[in-house]
Amino acid sequence: MKFVVKAWSNGGARAGILHLGTSTIDTPSLLLSTRKGLPHFISPDLLSCLPAPESRLLHVSPLHFLEGLSMKTISKIGGLHQLLGLHDHCFVAVPRDSIQCLPEANSTNKIGASFETPCGRLLIKPVEYMEMISSTRPELWATLADEVPAWVSDKRNKTSVDRTIKWLDECISISPASGAVFGAIVGGSSLEERRRCAQEVATRNVSGYWVGGLGLGESMDERPALLNAVIEALPEEKPRLICGLGLPEEILQGIAAGVDIFESTYVAQFAMYYHPTCLLTMLIAFTAIYRKDTTSIVEGCTCYTCRNHTRAYINHLLNVHEMLAQILLEIHNTHHFLGFFRLIRDAINAGRFEEFRREFVQRWR
Amino acid sequence: MAGTIKGLATYQLEEIGCQIILGNTYHLALRPTSELIDELGGLHKFMNWPRALLTDSGGFQMSPVDGKPMLLTPEESIQIQNRIGADIIMALDDVVKTTITGPRIEEAMYRTLRWIDRCIAAHKRPHDQNLFGIVQGGLDPVLRDICVRGLVDRNLPGYAIGGLAGGEDKDSFWRVVAQCTATLPEDKPRYVMGVGYPLDIVVCSALGADMYDCVYPTRTARFGTALVPEGVLKLKHRAMAEDTRPIDPTCACMVCKNYTRAYIHSLVTKDAMGSQLLSFHNLYYMMQLSKNLHSSIVQGKFPEFVCNFLQKMFPKGDIPEWVCNAMEVAEIDISSCCAPFRYIQATKVQSNLNEDEIQAV
Repeated sequence: MKFVVKAWSNGGARAGILHLGTSTIDTPSLLLSTRKGLPHFISPDLLSCLPAPESRLLHVSPLHFLEGLSMKTISKIGGLHQLLGLHDHCFVAVPRDSIQCLPEANSTNKIGASFETPCGRLLIKPVEYMEMISSTRPELWATLADEVPAWVSDKRNKTSVDRTIKWLDECISISPASGAVFGAIVGGSSLEERRRCAQEVATRNVSGYWVGGLGLGESMDERPALLNAVIEALPEEKPRLICGLGLPEEILQGIAAGVDIFESTYVAQFAMYYHPTCLLTMLIAFTAIYRKDTTSIVEGCTCYTCRNHTRAYINHLLNVHEMLAQILLEIHNTHHFLGFFRLIRDAINAGRFEEFRREFVQRWR
Repeated sequence: MAGTIKGLATYQLEEIGCQIILGNTYHLALRPTSELIDELGGLHKFMNWPRALLTDSGGFQMSPVDGKPMLLTPEESIQIQNRIGADIIMALDDVVKTTITGPRIEEAMYRTLRWIDRCIAAHKRPHDQNLFGIVQGGLDPVLRDICVRGLVDRNLPGYAIGGLAGGEDKDSFWRVVAQCTATLPEDKPRYVMGVGYPLDIVVCSALGADMYDCVYPTRTARFGTALVPEGVLKLKHRAMAEDTRPIDPTCACMVCKNYTRAYIHSLVTKDAMGSQLLSFHNLYYMMQLSKNLHSSIVQGKFPEFVCNFLQKMFPKGDIPEWVCNAMEVAEIDISSCCAPFRYIQATKVQSNLNEDEIQAV
């Protein structure tokens, strides 16, 4: 993995280039969410209709595979690329998946991190996690963390930082030869703990940093200070990845603080709950008014859905509960969200990120 | 379908080689209504499907949604289908289960004949929509014959063999198909409705049928079952969790080229992607079967194809008797696939008959 910062814009926002696997990705960039390695609805042969290379970064939670597929079998098959038939894509492994694999801080203990998953509550030890990493062979992976929500006691929060650092060292010591490692940074809602954790992790031999424990109850107002406390302690030249920021506004917050890669379940949430969303025109909730609407979801959008189908057709599919609706929506929403990131990169490169952010937030509200 | 093949986009259907899709008239009339589809330019345009469409009459599935019985007249059925705009439309017929006996079957057959005239009269778009008649008559060869002759008199663009795929035994099933294909015109398509399983399609093709429709491939996919040359593969089975082979090593579809049984096993019945990938494979499998039937006939290698197909599905040679009987009538020699004992049994029956006939004379 190689990362180079190319441009800055008013403050923390920066644009860079990430070389990962066989791909060269411009940052800030988006990780697409997956379920067992593939998108929730977009089938693999339709993935190629998304803009490349920006659609090639996929977030994978190794925990998904625990339901029905052993690590031994995945290893035998040859890892994620072979398992999923996606040879042009890059996999970024982070155990947490903000929809279905949520950290369960009350059950996490000194032995391992607990997650609430579709196959029940799982306790993952560092050595087990590293077995998953070496079997799945992602291009990039985050170390195991003890993520706690914003409302835990100071003592619990401090413990989470100590544990996360300890597990980071364990993971690195068991680390497989390939795959870039991102050190996990937690600290809840405490500026001191966030800073402490970041300072510790900054001394470790990692390729980048994963800012964990956010999107778990802290308010949007609290977040900039927490992000800054972390980022200030980290070297500029290494990339920063964050999970759990959903809304476009939150993404902008993260970018302003200096984060480079984002995992967001914004798109997946909407596809799963029948809510198409178009960021710039704020089209929400298909209702009867679209019954005869023969225009595309967004005029001029070049995604597969907008090139081929009308609002009327998608309205019909939603009404009769056809899965095709969710497929088409996930395609459009992903395409659109990736477009949002492109606009952000353009704004940073042009040195006008803060204006872009202001305008967007105004229109969004 | 209700405007879509479950879980597949039109791009994928084109890739698979689908040439024609069946639209469910009853569902479409309910939502989004045939009037809306008409207003938006017809079903092709509505779903953006550039190839062919066929709609059924809307009469076969009359289970009410709101508890009220729905009466569909021939005129209404044709009107709705005219609005939907499919390339092939089906006449409204009076269908009865083949397991029923008695005068109801005769009544249904004559009604079907009366209704075809009403359908023809009501059909406003004979130049761009082909109205197919449907042969009824239950399992009674006399009734079937009357129906065939009645429909052929109307000189329709194509004919369907209806009233089958409803629980009758296979032996009765193939005999009805054989009788109809023997008497329907050679130069018009014969469409066996509601069929079906790959084996049934091969047998009916041997008997001279041309078109089929069935929900089986996609429905069975949603239950985790894949179609393979040996029959079916149940991906839900625990043994699949460690099986790193593709679903079908001889299949060239994107699912078999990229995924292992183990991975599909982890998806089926749990993630939407599982049924999508299996539906893709199953449809590809059926399209490939059709292609192979077609090309083997064109190349004059149909009997070899049939033998090959049967050998893979019945490696022990235990081919069901109804298949052997049907192939005999179709004049396809499958002796090489049958276990020796069975074949001798079948031919013995035939030679006994010959002796009796001679004696009678």
